Amino acid sequence: MSAITTTGRQQFNGSMRFLHWLMAAMVLTMLGIGVAMVASLGDYHRLVSIHRPLGVAILILVVIRFVNRQFSTLPPFPPTMSPQERSIAHASEVLLYSLLFLLPLVGWGMLSAARYPIVLYGSLHLFPILPHSVMLYAFLRRTHTFLAYLLFLTFVAHFAAILFHTLIVRDGLLSRMVPWRARAR
Amino acid sequence: MAPSEANRDPKTANGSAELPGETAPMEKHPAPVNVGNKPARMAVISLVLLGVVGAFLYLGGWFSPEKLTPARFVDEFERVGGIHSGFRRNHAKGVCVQGFFESNGQGVRLSKAVVFQSGRVPVIGRFSLGGGDPHATDELSTVRGLGLQFSLPDGEQWRTAMIDLPAFPFKDPQAFYDNLVASQPDPNTHQPDPAKGAAFLASHSDTARALAIIKSHAPSNGFDNAAYYGLNAFRFVNADGASAYVRWTLAPVQPYEAGTGASQNKNFLFDGLIASIQQHPLQWHLVMTVAQPGDPTDNATIPWPEGREQVDVGTLTLDSVESEESSPARDINFDPLVLPAGMAPSHDPLLSARSAIYSQSYTRRAGETKEPSEITPSEVRK
Repeated sequence: MSAITTTGRQQFNGSMRFLHWLMAAMVLTMLGIGVAMVASLGDYHRLVSIHRPLGVAILILVVIRFVNRQFSTLPPFPPTMSPQERSIAHASEVLLYSLLFLLPLVGWGMLSAARYPIVLYGSLHLFPILPHSVMLYAFLRRTHTFLAYLLFLTFVAHFAAILFHTLIVRDGLLSRMVPWRARAR
Repeated sequence: MAPSEANRDPKTANGSAELPGETAPMEKHPAPVNVGNKPARMAVISLVLLGVVGAFLYLGGWFSPEKLTPARFVDEFERVGGIHSGFRRNHAKGVCVQGFFESNGQGVRLSKAVVFQSGRVPVIGRFSLGGGDPHATDELSTVRGLGLQFSLPDGEQWRTAMIDLPAFPFKDPQAFYDNLVASQPDPNTHQPDPAKGAAFLASHSDTARALAIIKSHAPSNGFDNAAYYGLNAFRFVNADGASAYVRWTLAPVQPYEAGTGASQNKNFLFDGLIASIQQHPLQWHLVMTVAQPGDPTDNATIPWPEGREQVDVGTLTLDSVESEESSPARDINFDPLVLPAGMAPSHDPLLSARSAIYSQSYTRRAGETKEPSEITPSEVRK
């Protein structure tokens, strides 16, 4: 990964940008649905019916995205970022990938432990991945909430960093990830 | 975060070279321009972030403390019935049963659900009494419940939770909740305040009408010879894509006998069920009532008119009984919206609310220590 390309690519490649923005929309929708559905009576069922298949889609996409990343050349950080800041950025990426993988998996696991059928659409449903245990369900249910709030806070930090770089430092950090092809700086 | 001299130190750059994205030397890039009006830009950033966090909290109901949520609903059940570790927050007292459903194939024209194709599917269930006290004394007037889970061959499930009332007393979750609040025991008398109950009835004509219907049906003397009503309407879709609204009822094969009202022992309803099921398997016909256009499909307080088409789709047989302590049914949430393909919820507001509230109750009791059930394994064996 540390191979230096001759031209010094300045932007994430097209597939990475596409997956980033697709998942950004899905994950934000998911966070909103998640926090709304647990406080809702009238919309609960409708929201849960979206929450489950959307979670499975995110689980599949994060795996694809991780594999895709391993085969892609990453653009450099801008010179405005200190080594500490780069470490933090790297750690937050690791955290985001981990949460995007773990949250749906914990959701699947907790429904398995409660022996809820995990209906995706119509008669399509997932198989259980854990034994029937209500204690395990209770633990995973709390874990799911904790990880979801952690994901939201991580997203806020990620968003704050981008806003700071775009509006205050103005180093074009965002151009590495914009959906369109950015002019080389 | 601002660029510093240290950033330009090649040693530091090398030190972070293993970081992903570190593919070009930093010296290539010009230093960013310093921008004016920094405080205003910081203010914009703060506002945007506050907006994001605010939107998230708003969606979670943080700014509407009066909003009826599953948590607040179950809190109210707990205030009325107490917290009994490991037990359901309503219909707390129960016993578990197993058996099977034998479909006669008549339901196929209403729904493509596999459960209605001719054949047999295993069923696990739980008989219960309404109320939050798992050690309540059996009374003929207490609502009786039957939760069932049908396990379809392809891994699909159908769950339903029915009660022995021909009409539901509350048209929406708010009415149910307001009645719970009105029936909270007075701290001095430990009894609900009759004036509050009367005030609730006076302001809820749906409830008063439903109670009149309920009172015209004297309860039977047992769990085994009671009819159980699904009450909420569901939308069935058959293989041709045609849909119809239905309500279902379990009509007992065991003949109806009215209760005598003579004083009996604490668990007489459960003991009667256990004795009966140990003598012979208990059976009910599963009857689907099909709505006509105009029949209320979103209000369980109003029974549909007499003469609606009824389809007997098969027979439920329950042939074994078990204490909650040893039965897997204790750990099943009989969520009425666990439905196979071919069955969908109507717009009845109770359905989504029941799903949400059952889930809340299930989540709370799941993590608690399980106290012994009133109907113990030895009670079932004796």
